[in-house]
Amino acid sequence: MTDRTEGADHVSAPSLVPDDMPAPGRRAAWLRARRRRATAIAVVSTVVTAVALTLLVTTSSGWPKVKTVFFDPTRFREDFPEVLSYLWVDVKLFVQCAPFILLWGLVIALCRNTRNPVLFPLRAFAAVYTDFFRGVPIILTVYLVGFGIPKLGLLQGEFRFLGLGGAWNSPYLWGPVALVLAYSAYVSEVFRAGIESVHESQRAGARSLGLTQGQTMRHVVVPQAARRVVPPLMNDFLSLQKDVALVSFLGPIEVFRRAGSLKDLTGNFTPLVAAAVIFLLLTIPETRLVDWYAARQRRRTGGSVVS
Amino acid sequence: MSRPKLSLRHVRKAFGDKVVLDDVSLEVAEHQVVCLIGASGSGKSTLLRCVNLLEPIDEGMVVLDGVDISEPGLDPDPIRRRIGMVFQSYNLFPHMSVLRNVTLAPTRVLGRSRAQADEHALSLLSRFGLADKAAAFPDQLSGGQQQRVAIVRALAMQPELMLLDEVTAALDPVLVGEVLNVVRDMRAGGMTMMLATHEMGFAREISDLVCFLKDGVIVEAAHPDQLFTDPQHPETRAFLERVIASGRL
Repeated sequence: MTDRTEGADHVSAPSLVPDDMPAPGRRAAWLRARRRRATAIAVVSTVVTAVALTLLVTTSSGWPKVKTVFFDPTRFREDFPEVLSYLWVDVKLFVQCAPFILLWGLVIALCRNTRNPVLFPLRAFAAVYTDFFRGVPIILTVYLVGFGIPKLGLLQGEFRFLGLGGAWNSPYLWGPVALVLAYSAYVSEVFRAGIESVHESQRAGARSLGLTQGQTMRHVVVPQAARRVVPPLMNDFLSLQKDVALVSFLGPIEVFRRAGSLKDLTGNFTPLVAAAVIFLLLTIPETRLVDWYAARQRRRTGGSVVS
Repeated sequence: MSRPKLSLRHVRKAFGDKVVLDDVSLEVAEHQVVCLIGASGSGKSTLLRCVNLLEPIDEGMVVLDGVDISEPGLDPDPIRRRIGMVFQSYNLFPHMSVLRNVTLAPTRVLGRSRAQADEHALSLLSRFGLADKAAAFPDQLSGGQQQRVAIVRALAMQPELMLLDEVTAALDPVLVGEVLNVVRDMRAGGMTMMLATHEMGFAREISDLVCFLKDGVIVEAAHPDQLFTDPQHPETRAFLERVIASGRL
């Protein structure tokens, strides 16, 4: 036998391969089976974990007491609508703060991105500002701004601004101001990261067309940065939606504060659980909304803008 | 001959200790096409970026129409309006449609009306076979189409001088031809151009003058017929031999 035929023998050696072509679609069938198996495992492990945790909690010695104090169905039914009726206060505070946070955050971010040496003081201010407000607990900012500034007595009487109005010493003014100051520090860092993530070649492209530094920022860099920062901004705004409750420390009654006072009245914590449910009902749809927006942006620009 | 459109006089540019352009002098006459060839890192791109004032030069002068545009403190924006630049990586704006990419500068920089800019942009786009792409976003186009849009975007400013920085280097070989055709078209239209390229056959075909750069120095500058068939300098010869060995000429 020559080497060549030996070689040929060798090639045909795995005689386990059937002579007929395998049935079409067997790879797809295998993948389907594997997916079904994965789903089954996920369902079983979730159920087992849930049952185990439930058993662990409900068989603990303190559970009957915890159950009546935190999860009293009668209290829940009675207090939920009452607490819920204060939700609009939280929503209103959020809606008032959000645009100012975006605006002021962008201003701070642009200050930090200035390259002109003449504008160094602006850059320094922005750096100190973000360091300060990110470093101080928000609750302290709320106390200092909310109680401190009105105490100065510099501003008397009433203010009117963009359809809003009230007394100059109102906590409905200084609470939101404190949140705007604190949150714009975080938001400006998000914007700054977004601005820096726009590749230098985009600036070169714009400047080579004769666009000024400002026009390049406005038409080329900021719009691209804005799309990229939507997901991280969403994080900040979700926590803002919860932190508006901090304004209640200055007096305004909203969901958290009302639930707290019901707890004080009855000695039962169930209204606070109701408050938690209310915040969840508010924040979960907000998350979905932004996911939808991000997906739409990706579709519209063909894919790679957000990544 | 009247004065050159562009002239570089003893230009020197360093990044830190690294000298990237050393005593470069060069003249480009109106309607002339000058090619810069040389290995990567030889200073071709930096030279083009210096002409467009994207990089400030350290010594020497860049003279456009008899005016030293490298004068420190001079506002670069009005000068850049007169010089078009196209980059290796296209640098299109991904958040804008093709049409808006092309009309952004005419509307914002030249103050044209949107309708006027759209009309001009559409006529340019159809001239280069891109009329049906006006509403598309850059990511939906092939590399060759994107680069043609980038050229149209620069042309929409009606520049007096075009700088092309390795415009085909990022392209699939099949797509190189369509971009080179656009450059041929510009040449036929009398555009003054300076281009850095690795396409030697194209450089030979299109240019009036070819400059071979090595380590930031123009080693040899000559008419393409001369430079490609009878290079005078041993460095040029060595470079062209390597190019031939790699099958690019």
